[in-house]
Amino acid sequence: MTLSLFFQHLANGISLGSLYALIAIGYTMVYGILRLINFAHGDIVMLAAYIAFYGAGIFMLPWWISFPVAILLTALLGVLIERSAYRPLREVPRIQLFTSAVAVSFLLENLGIVVFGGRPKAFQRPAFMDVTIRIGGANVISYTFVIIGVSLILFAGLLYVVKYTKVGVAMRALSKDIETTGLMGVNTDRIISIAFAIGSGLAAVGGILQAIKFPQINPLMGVMPGLKAFIAAVLGGIGNITGAMIGGFLLGIAEILIVAFFPNLAGYRDAFSFSILILLLLFKPTGIMGEVEPEKV
Amino acid sequence: MKNFLSRNRILTWITLVLFAGFLFYAQNHYNSYILRIMNLCAVYTIFAVTFNLIFGYTGQFSLGHAGFAAVGAYAAALLTMTAAQKEANFFLKPIIPLLANVEWHFLPSLLMAGLMAAVVALIVGGPALRLRGDYLAMATLGFGEIIRVVFVNLQTVTNGSLGLKGIPEFTNLYWSWGAALVTIFVLKRLVDSSYGRALRAVRDDEVAAEALGVRLFYHKMLSFVVSSFFVGVAGGLLSNLISTIDPKVFIFTLSYQIVGIAVMGGMGSMTGSTIAACLYTVFLEVLRPIESPFNIGSLQVPGIPGMRMVLFSALLLFVILFYQKGILGGREFSWDGLFAFGKKMMNRIQGRGTGGGEAVEEVEQ
Amino acid sequence: MRSKKFSLLISMLVLLSLLLGACAQATTPEEAAPGEPAEVAELDEIVIGVYEPMTGAQAAGGELTMQGVYLAYAQVPEVLGVPIRIVLVDNRSDKAESATAMTRLIEQEGAIAVIGSYGSSNSMAGGEVAERAGIPVMGCSPTNPLVTSDKDFYFRACFIDPFQGRVMAKYAIEDLGVERVAIIQDVAQDYAVGLAAFFQAAWIELTGSDEGIVAFTSYQTGDQDFTAQLAAAMAEDPDAIYAPGYFGDAALLARQARELGFEGYIMGGDAWEAPELIEIGGEAAEGLLFSTHYHPDAALSPASGEFVAAFEAEYGERPSAFAALGYDAYMLVIDAIERAGSFDPAAIRDAMAATEGYEAVTGNITMDENGDAVKDAVILTVEDGEFVYLTTVSP
Repeated sequence: MTLSLFFQHLANGISLGSLYALIAIGYTMVYGILRLINFAHGDIVMLAAYIAFYGAGIFMLPWWISFPVAILLTALLGVLIERSAYRPLREVPRIQLFTSAVAVSFLLENLGIVVFGGRPKAFQRPAFMDVTIRIGGANVISYTFVIIGVSLILFAGLLYVVKYTKVGVAMRALSKDIETTGLMGVNTDRIISIAFAIGSGLAAVGGILQAIKFPQINPLMGVMPGLKAFIAAVLGGIGNITGAMIGGFLLGIAEILIVAFFPNLAGYRDAFSFSILILLLLFKPTGIMGEVEPEKV
Repeated sequence: MKNFLSRNRILTWITLVLFAGFLFYAQNHYNSYILRIMNLCAVYTIFAVTFNLIFGYTGQFSLGHAGFAAVGAYAAALLTMTAAQKEANFFLKPIIPLLANVEWHFLPSLLMAGLMAAVVALIVGGPALRLRGDYLAMATLGFGEIIRVVFVNLQTVTNGSLGLKGIPEFTNLYWSWGAALVTIFVLKRLVDSSYGRALRAVRDDEVAAEALGVRLFYHKMLSFVVSSFFVGVAGGLLSNLISTIDPKVFIFTLSYQIVGIAVMGGMGSMTGSTIAACLYTVFLEVLRPIESPFNIGSLQVPGIPGMRMVLFSALLLFVILFYQKGILGGREFSWDGLFAFGKKMMNRIQGRGTGGGEAVEEVEQ
Repeated sequence: MRSKKFSLLISMLVLLSLLLGACAQATTPEEAAPGEPAEVAELDEIVIGVYEPMTGAQAAGGELTMQGVYLAYAQVPEVLGVPIRIVLVDNRSDKAESATAMTRLIEQEGAIAVIGSYGSSNSMAGGEVAERAGIPVMGCSPTNPLVTSDKDFYFRACFIDPFQGRVMAKYAIEDLGVERVAIIQDVAQDYAVGLAAFFQAAWIELTGSDEGIVAFTSYQTGDQDFTAQLAAAMAEDPDAIYAPGYFGDAALLARQARELGFEGYIMGGDAWEAPELIEIGGEAAEGLLFSTHYHPDAALSPASGEFVAAFEAEYGERPSAFAALGYDAYMLVIDAIERAGSFDPAAIRDAMAATEGYEAVTGNITMDENGDAVKDAVILTVEDGEFVYLTTVSP
């Protein structure tokens, strides 16, 4: 493998990793607070891509309007899902919550099939994101930089929010101990909704960027990225936002490089990611940056 | 007490005989479309009931059902197909010599299917069952998908994505419902025994159970492996029913559907799972017309493809949110319960049991 | 509360048994239909079933095919003086569903003949059921040999993949001068795996060795990232890439190949023919080459011109190969019924097998001993966002 080819793969891996990272953050935020793996998260990604698609296609909106609109609507949708499907189940054993997430995911996917049709649709890449740039012998398309740049900016912004704003502090407190924080006067419901909104908004960005990178959208497009993003979150330490980012990048790069070095095993690509997950869960469930949680009796 | 038991036993035997008679009649009189649905009901019943054992009784949320079904299905298919059929199928790359000339009867093939699934469950359960809750779910989902991806790529064993066709159709009502009844029977005995109590202890509070001396891992493995055995058998029944399988049949959404059925039937209730499985299969077929254009009077309504699944998932969500216990909650069907219900109905009809009686009933709830 | 639950249980059991009973009732009169010759004069309608993927990964193919079938039905709504009812059942691009769909068409709807399906996997599953029930099936576009090879009741209006693989190999070697080719197959689709293998076999036969095949990698349906496979292929410096998968994946693959700087030919098979190939492929779709069954400009048969005109009048666009095949399949069934002179499925089957020199839209159709049509293939390319006809290749 030539050096330029390696860099090409690396660039590809980093941009794929950014997508996983953006989606993984949503998983990890929700898990941190509610201890819930939001199975429906991957489908939120899909919804955002479709909203952006229809915005451009039906309403003829230029991308710099349809994208933000899609992100906002998706964030609202995330809050809506939380209110209707997860909040009523807060007092109930966690496993019911999980089943509810599975049901929501299933519903969204099937609704997608009915409403959007089972046929994949073409997503329009904004022109400036479609420019081929040659760097050191490798062809890199400009969207790669956009993806990486946008992700980094959002991560920085999120870290700032979590560390320095009241809302962020409240979120961190909720992840530590939801009951006590509620007793301390924090409006639990509101903060949880905000967490869902931010998580869904980031997933929406991920969905749109994914549609730009792979300009073919279909109702099941969020399933695999959702699962992989979950693996990334676990890899980084579930509940930890920085961990989710790192996990996302690592997983993306690993996935691309494994298949690049062993092209004959390309068919086993998804099996690799799942194997990584299982190994993690067995040997280091807390991931890279996670903290061991003592189990309350 | 003894009287009660023999009355119940007699009733159960009578019902079984009647049911067998019904199966005999159906097998010989209904067309193959209805038979197919009835067979599918049995297969899904086994799926749901075994999931109930793992989740409803032992509290382990396993999403790997589809993977075990795949193991069982392929095992039974490869064992029952003739050498000629195998040769016709494996036209891209020949099947491995070990399997090329094997041709077994149905019963040993089904048993082997179950056995292989159980062995895989042992391997999967070893690592997976050390995890809890959501992690276990993801790990089992991962294993299920790994199994499927492996099957897609093992061209010389499973014929990869080309799948297997021409699997002899041995499954009939006697096999499928017979297996379902055996499964329910075995599982019920397990659940009613001291093992069952241990399983429920594990479900309700693992730490307390362990403190009381229940061997957590052993019991989790027990329910996992026993379930998987029957899931493998069900997979074998499925492959010999639809006679064409490929790895796509066993994608993880199948596990989702099984979860949905079991939840709707009520976790911890075998009866509920059975009923839900049958309702699911039947309704899915009955609702089929809404997906093709149909006529209401003189109005042509265009079909909405995919609507059936939307209705199912919406219903599932509804049940989870509002009717959490499912159709039957944790309760099982029993003759005593039926008679008590009958008595209560009689009382109501005859005007008794109002006023004071009612109050007592309410307090009881 | 308890009584509520119990009554729910009882009522559901009752409902269940009623439903099953009702279904059984509804089908008992139908039981007479399959396998028993019915008098022409007695029937007030006959049913021709259709099973196609209307949802799922292959929905585009199903929709395109149905355009042709419905057009044919509109033109010929009755045969032997009896009106026809078409029943379409969606097989959801799924094997198990295909078998169920076929069972339903035969048992529940009483179809005397069936048309379908797009997607060889679907056809193979449905074929098992039809074979046992003794109902003849006319496939529009499934190209894998296994669909008909051991079946007496399955026929198809199209060519099969051993021929199609050879078509592209021959064209690449002789017309394009390709000497090094990389194959990237969709390992999760029997169609793609089969076609790739046939292409490879033909290549070896035509060039005398397998040295020209410089790389052979795989992906799975629905994969979105092909850069690894493409990079591995490009490392061997091929003149062309053969990627016989479905249109959605192929479009992405082509796009990524161009992005990676690949400038050689990118070739595929008939599953590429769908509008999505151009929509999703964008600029990268220009210059793609693939083999397929039909093109309006190919003038494969005298019947083609009329068909194109009628199609354009009805749908406002030009027909795809699958629409043409759907049309042909329906017409072939009608022709068989007319020649058989009866609605007996066995007689229809024999008439289908005897189809000879039928002037279909997609060419002259004669059924060989397997039930396959021996026909020409066309090679299309994409130019200015349209499918453009290049040449015809004969067997």
